[in-house]
Amino acid sequence: MTDNLLEGRGDPAPDSGYPQPPPRMGFFTDTSVCIGCKACEVACKEWNSVPEDGLSLLGMSYDNTGMLGADTWRHVAFIEQDRPLGRQNNAVALMPAGPSSTGRNQEVVAAGLGERHGAQLGTDTGAVRPGPDPGGPTQPVTADGRTELRWLMASDVCKHCTHAACLDVCPTGSLFRTEFGTVVVQEDICNGCGYCVPACPYGVIDQRKDDGRVWKCTLCYDRLTVGQEPACAKACPTESIQFGPLDELRERAAHRVEQLHGAGVTEARLYGDDPDDGVGGTGAFFLLLDEPEVYGFPPDPVVTTRDLPAMWRHTALAALGVAVAGLAAFAGARR
Amino acid sequence: MSGAPDPGSEVRRDGLHRTAPGREARIGARGGRRAGRGGEVVPPAEFRSYYGRAVIKPPVWKAHNIASYLFLGGVAGGAAVLAAGADLTGRPDLRRAARLVSAGATGLSLTVLVADLGRPGRFVHMLRVVKPTSPMSIGAWLLSGLSPLVAVAALDEASGLLPRRWAGLVGRVARPGGLAATAIAPAVTTYTGALIADTAVPVWHGAYRELPYLFGASALAAAGGLVAAVTPPGQAAPARIAGVAGSVAAQVLDPAVHRRLGAAAEPLTRGRPGRLLSASRWCSRVGIALLAASSLRPSRVLDVAGGLALTAESALTKFGWFYAGIDSAADPKYTVVPQRDRLTDTADATR
Repeated sequence: MTDNLLEGRGDPAPDSGYPQPPPRMGFFTDTSVCIGCKACEVACKEWNSVPEDGLSLLGMSYDNTGMLGADTWRHVAFIEQDRPLGRQNNAVALMPAGPSSTGRNQEVVAAGLGERHGAQLGTDTGAVRPGPDPGGPTQPVTADGRTELRWLMASDVCKHCTHAACLDVCPTGSLFRTEFGTVVVQEDICNGCGYCVPACPYGVIDQRKDDGRVWKCTLCYDRLTVGQEPACAKACPTESIQFGPLDELRERAAHRVEQLHGAGVTEARLYGDDPDDGVGGTGAFFLLLDEPEVYGFPPDPVVTTRDLPAMWRHTALAALGVAVAGLAAFAGARR
Repeated sequence: MSGAPDPGSEVRRDGLHRTAPGREARIGARGGRRAGRGGEVVPPAEFRSYYGRAVIKPPVWKAHNIASYLFLGGVAGGAAVLAAGADLTGRPDLRRAARLVSAGATGLSLTVLVADLGRPGRFVHMLRVVKPTSPMSIGAWLLSGLSPLVAVAALDEASGLLPRRWAGLVGRVARPGGLAATAIAPAVTTYTGALIADTAVPVWHGAYRELPYLFGASALAAAGGLVAAVTPPGQAAPARIAGVAGSVAAQVLDPAVHRRLGAAAEPLTRGRPGRLLSASRWCSRVGIALLAASSLRPSRVLDVAGGLALTAESALTKFGWFYAGIDSAADPKYTVVPQRDRLTDTADATR
């Protein structure tokens, strides 16, 4: 921990100058009970009037949203794996079908994502076009081909970091810290410079193509100010998305992990709850059942501005070098 | 499942292919190895990801705006320093060339920066706050400070075109203005390194210690080269020296950057950025040789050819680094693998 506000443990609202802030609010997304209904995606779009961003079929799973973006502030990820969930008995041996994930499927996804790995901006999610020969020989469905199966589903959202790179690098002050410790874009101030987009270690904030400004989850700032919970949490039918004071959520999450470990789900782990991680802990954290990168999260994100003091030192020293070298050239030149 | 035929194997038009990966595909497992410039070998990049999708978002900046700016800002700053030196040492032809190059590059810099915002009126929002945590904010202020100074210095060179009353005023403030610009100009050439390093883009952030030096050296090469190309050979000596010094420094720093980045330097060595940066190194060698030759026997032809080679070197460097950043952000490998390695190292250290 250092004495600057760019890294380490912190309490964002007081650190940002609110003298008597309310408790820091956040999300605990317990993916172990997510059923992938996407009610959160819909509720978010409706409440925040987020525009439609392409009704494409991605062909990779039940996830046809792809990733978070300017017009996707909640995103439900679907991961199909050939393994059981905890001690669950899927009765796979009695089922008539083989694995639903085929190599063909993988290929179509890879072709659709292309060289950019689905990293297109402006929430172009990378729709998959059918391959040249969709009717090619399919995989034989035999009893031998059956596998165990589990679905991982997770509703992703802006992390509302303790040390938010997007907010730090914003040159206009459009991104600001609310009294609840969350990070919000003021759209009338954003000038479309796009600096926050590559600064985010989670790839959350994104530029809207038609207006050039950036958009992301506000943790329903408007609802919070009148004592309401965010639309996604309100709509979640399984309480996978839990909203509340962060301290309380962290306690609840630790208890839930214990419970799952006791039930044999030893792979349950929390992501983003640690105030000593690279972003000082996140306001929206998750209970995951596999490595973070499987869900599209960075395994060990670090806020880029942690190293900014060093960058400025090098910049100043280099500038001095340019000045000295430029003027020394005149001393070295003969008439 | 033991003894069963591999459920992932399948037949395609071009033959039999074995083992489709699991749903948590280990993307990149078949990737080739390739020695980097530092001689390091890229470790087998086996990692997991969400359907091979990118983790972070690549910059939305357009190359023809922002990569151009990385180059133009360097020219503007470097030439402003040369203009001040020429002014102090009484080289009027060199001063004129450097002042005009500096003002022209500054004007183009502002143009491309404003163009990238989509709506020009939005630029004023940059001047709402001064924010040291945002290199872009500091850069906007640096450029706003530099612009009037280099503009007035350049106007002095064209004083014949001004009304007489104005020409007198411009003549009085041009020298103090041009000299004051040297307080800002060097920072304009180097802060762009911090600008792109202060992101989550792996290849940019990984090089945050070296980028300001590399960009400053590249700026000096471009400014020296361009000014040497448009100055009569008799007075171009300082510009040649500055250009060659900048270019040599950039070539010395290049392997240091690759050593620092290790396997993460891969985007700098392949594809479009690899080609651009390789061309940049060749331009550097050619430019250094031609300008060195012209130093021994001043020649307009050598100055123009060598100067433009160094200018091209700098532009290629900036575009190469820009595109390398895009590549390293678009492929989840460059985000996940180093972070996973870091976690493994931490776990090993605490064990």
